[in-house]
Amino acid sequence: MNALSIKNLEKTYAGGTRALDGVSLEMPPGDFFALLGPNGAGKTTLIGIVTGLVNKSAGEVEVFGANIDREPEQARTYIGVVPQNLNINIFEKVIDIVVNQAGYYGVPRSRALPRAEKILADLNLYEKRYEPAQRLSGGMQRRLMIARALIHEPRFLILDEPTAGVDVELRRSMWGYLTGLTQQGITILLTTHYLEEAERLAKHVAIINKGSIVAQGSMEEILALHDESAHTGKLRGGRLEEVFLQLTQS
Amino acid sequence: MTPYEQWISFYTIVRKDIVRIFRIWPQTFLPSIVTSTLYFLIFGSFLGSRIGNVSGVPYVMFVVPGLVMLSVVMNSYANTSFTMFASKFFARSIDEILVSPTPPWILVAGFVSGGIIRGLIIGALVLGVSLFFTHLIIFNLAVIILFLILTSLVFSLGGLVNGVYATSIDGINIIPTFILTPLLYLGGVFYSVTSLPGAWGIVTQIDPIFYIINGFRYGFLGLSDAPLSVCFGVLLFFAAVLAAMNWYLLKKGFGLRQ
Ligand SMILES: Nc1ncnc2c1ncn2[C@@H]1O[C@H](COP(=O)(O)OP(=O)(O)OP(=O)(O)O)[C@@H](O)[C@H]1O
Ligand SMILES: [Mg+2]
Repeated sequence: MNALSIKNLEKTYAGGTRALDGVSLEMPPGDFFALLGPNGAGKTTLIGIVTGLVNKSAGEVEVFGANIDREPEQARTYIGVVPQNLNINIFEKVIDIVVNQAGYYGVPRSRALPRAEKILADLNLYEKRYEPAQRLSGGMQRRLMIARALIHEPRFLILDEPTAGVDVELRRSMWGYLTGLTQQGITILLTTHYLEEAERLAKHVAIINKGSIVAQGSMEEILALHDESAHTGKLRGGRLEEVFLQLTQS
Repeated sequence: MTPYEQWISFYTIVRKDIVRIFRIWPQTFLPSIVTSTLYFLIFGSFLGSRIGNVSGVPYVMFVVPGLVMLSVVMNSYANTSFTMFASKFFARSIDEILVSPTPPWILVAGFVSGGIIRGLIIGALVLGVSLFFTHLIIFNLAVIILFLILTSLVFSLGGLVNGVYATSIDGINIIPTFILTPLLYLGGVFYSVTSLPGAWGIVTQIDPIFYIINGFRYGFLGLSDAPLSVCFGVLLFFAAVLAAMNWYLLKKGFGLRQ
């Protein structure tokens, strides 16, 4: 059974924007999967549908075999999500944000509190636990959203640009943290615009452009698409970056 | 979710709201205390002695139930409409619940319970203030408590519908200002409908809040301009309709899911 199975997913927003145009994806359990694509390609929309924040127009989605239409509660229990944009109540204390999130998954405070302290310590936020979230820096708020996503011990962690606006050192420590999670058996889906980051972390990749998947496979398979003769200009990036540009440039 | 997990989620939503209500007490509790003190001063002490008795009791005693209801209605409504609006408008923290397995009806129950608790606390506070101006007669405590709870239920449900529809801060102020306030003032907070001439009496009788205030006043004074069963029925009717609306809107994700 796959961690995520998406078949012919379509989304047209109320305003008429066609954000997803028949996307199909399979992610094996234990995978570290990078979903890549230019701005507006449909990554956040896809994640929104999987996590229940966006209604799909057509298609089927299953999370560890739980269909998001027929067993939404089960599907949501499997997932922890770190959104692209900050969505925390900045007046709440750090510890309350994490412990309340556990509550929404049915984990009582007595069990959530020690768990929250451990996760906050792992993410270097322990000293800030009684501060309101507004007193955290941008990078700290991002780590807080990771802590919040992990509190109910999900099997499947989805991160929408978790390293955007995060400094070099912190980004490296985040890579280490995420790799550690996959070693514990947690499946990860990540979006990022830092392609060297994806190249370093991901086992599988899908590249999405204008709502359609233009390439999908293991990292080696995608890198093998690199066409030396077709490289895109004077400035050269990493191999993944070159492949990405070949596939997504209009 | 198991029933126990649903209970934990419900408890979490309510607890979070109560923590918020107490954290910002100058915005949640203080205004009602200040305005009801002013009302009691003006209508009770300054004007009351000139008005004399209404329905056989001193005027200040007559207005107590109406003024309690005024605060209960406004606060229950403001609580749910604001929490819902704020959690989807400022940083979309409602997403925290939407991505969780918490079913829509628990979300409705949790938000509404927060509104009811605020309504009950406000009701008790305004009653407390009234003790400085008059003594209370209690005719039937059960009726008082029932009407307090049902009224805060109905207006918490109403506020939640408003919060779901609202797309701007004005969207949660229009109904309280232009609908609830007139309905409250014309619903007999300050007068008995029997003292009104023809047309105004009819206007009052099609105002649902008239029945709510009268039922509540009956609990204190044992007198009412409308039968208690009708007052009770009006509340139950609105509670049922608004609960169904909320459940439907949140299940569809109206205004919450794109
Ligand atoms: N709520 C919305 N209403 C209408 N259109 C939307 C909405 N959200 C996204 N879109 C549109 O859908 C398309 C895909 O957007 P989406 O946010 O999924 O892209 P993305 O791949 O996450 O981009 P980025 O890398 O910039 O985050 C865009 O054209 C966007 O304008
Ligand atoms: Mg995005």
